[in-house]
Amino acid sequence: MSLPTHHPGDALLMDYASGSLGEGPALVVASHAALCPGCRCAVAEMEAVGGALLESIEPDPLSPGCLDRLLARLDEDGPEPPPPVRRPPAPQRRAAADGPLLPEPLRSYIGGCPDALRWRPMLPGIRVAEIPLTVGSARLIRIAGGTGVPQHSHDGVELAMVLQGGFSDAFGHYLRGDVAVGDDTIDHRPLADPEGCLCLSVTMGTLRLTGPVGRFLNPFLRL
Amino acid sequence: MRIEPKTGNTVAESGCFRAAPVIQPDGTCVKPGMMGFVSAAVTGAATPHCCPATPPRHVRLVRWPVFAFNAVMQDSSSPAAEAASSLDDLLLAVGRRRDRAAFAALFERVAPRLKAFLRRQGCDAGQAEELVQEVMLVVWRRAELFDPARATATTWIFTVARNRRLDALRRESRPEIDPGDPMLVPDPVEWADHRLETAQSAGRLRAALDDLPPEQADLVRLAYFEDKPHTTIAAERGLPLGTVKSRVRLALERLRKVLREPS
Repeated sequence: MSLPTHHPGDALLMDYASGSLGEGPALVVASHAALCPGCRCAVAEMEAVGGALLESIEPDPLSPGCLDRLLARLDEDGPEPPPPVRRPPAPQRRAAADGPLLPEPLRSYIGGCPDALRWRPMLPGIRVAEIPLTVGSARLIRIAGGTGVPQHSHDGVELAMVLQGGFSDAFGHYLRGDVAVGDDTIDHRPLADPEGCLCLSVTMGTLRLTGPVGRFLNPFLRL
Repeated sequence: MRIEPKTGNTVAESGCFRAAPVIQPDGTCVKPGMMGFVSAAVTGAATPHCCPATPPRHVRLVRWPVFAFNAVMQDSSSPAAEAASSLDDLLLAVGRRRDRAAFAALFERVAPRLKAFLRRQGCDAGQAEELVQEVMLVVWRRAELFDPARATATTWIFTVARNRRLDALRRESRPEIDPGDPMLVPDPVEWADHRLETAQSAGRLRAALDDLPPEQADLVRLAYFEDKPHTTIAAERGLPLGTVKSRVRLALERLRKVLREPS
């Protein structure tokens, strides 16, 4: 198994480690990190930055009695701490042997089986399924082999992580675990590999189609 | 990894490796020992750009000074001993023995900083104190999952506080990396047995944070204290996204360098 070669980058990893990243992009970053030991290591280092900031901040004394109230709550808590919550093991009910292997935390969000989601056609060769989050939503996008996504750029930032298959754009070839970060400086037209592509996608901001056809389609797309 | 019963030392077994310390959304930390064993395919795999092919140079074998830990265990009932104990020792005592005196000592030292941190993140005093209590309650419940081989106690508590704050204030779930996930691509075998963060490297990290150029320190402050992702910072400061990204990269290069120096 090869490791990802396209990473979210330091800025997004720091946003994730500090806790400032929204749930949707955090889902992409964490799912990528499951497949990328290097980014896991980077997140741990940036958590150490959080620890160092906590350590060096000027203390703000608590009101008297705070510790006593907490110790009383420990008594209510009972002697035995609850066991850590474990997520269920990888689902065994994959329909086909070549079905996508979804890493955590994505698997917990969609139940392990993308086929069970409600897919809607968006453009010829492109289908989309919404993944509800606590706040907002993310999407799975299936692109049929050889299909191109209309040329578009982004008002905000789009994160797309490949789960199965792959795609190419002017910046390279993206395979499982790779994250494409599209922002307002990028105008691109991804093309799916012959075997097609399954992506997790989150858009922070509005997507803008910029090609001649895309511009016409723009008002009809809710990407 | 297993805990040696007599000494409390963590001892890595051959072929076993660690993942990043991971705090679950409910505040639990999953021990990396749950991860399983290295497959031949992974050990031969290429290393991604953002981490060195060999482990960071500062990391060293996990060999706890047995005498130091035992001394803490014996004297932990005396307040003087607790004042001298490291936060790691206190958190370990809470995790291993449900030691209330150690927990109280940990609270005295950590809670005022947690309150200050949460207030800088926009909580009012009452809200911050309530959250501090919740965070420390999670610390009490989950202390046994703290793994000093991966992070200092302060860093571990930072991650607990971060997740509780997201839950309480933003009402968002935090998608967490799960080191027990069978689908997870494990760390390269040559990273096994290495400590990511030590007391020494944590000290150097604090100094390096003080020395960051103002425009880089500003970005770190906004991300960690003001809950602002870099895209928001770029928009608010009127800076191109590329400028913000490259400043973050420069800042983190400096911070990583001190984390990876040999202790």
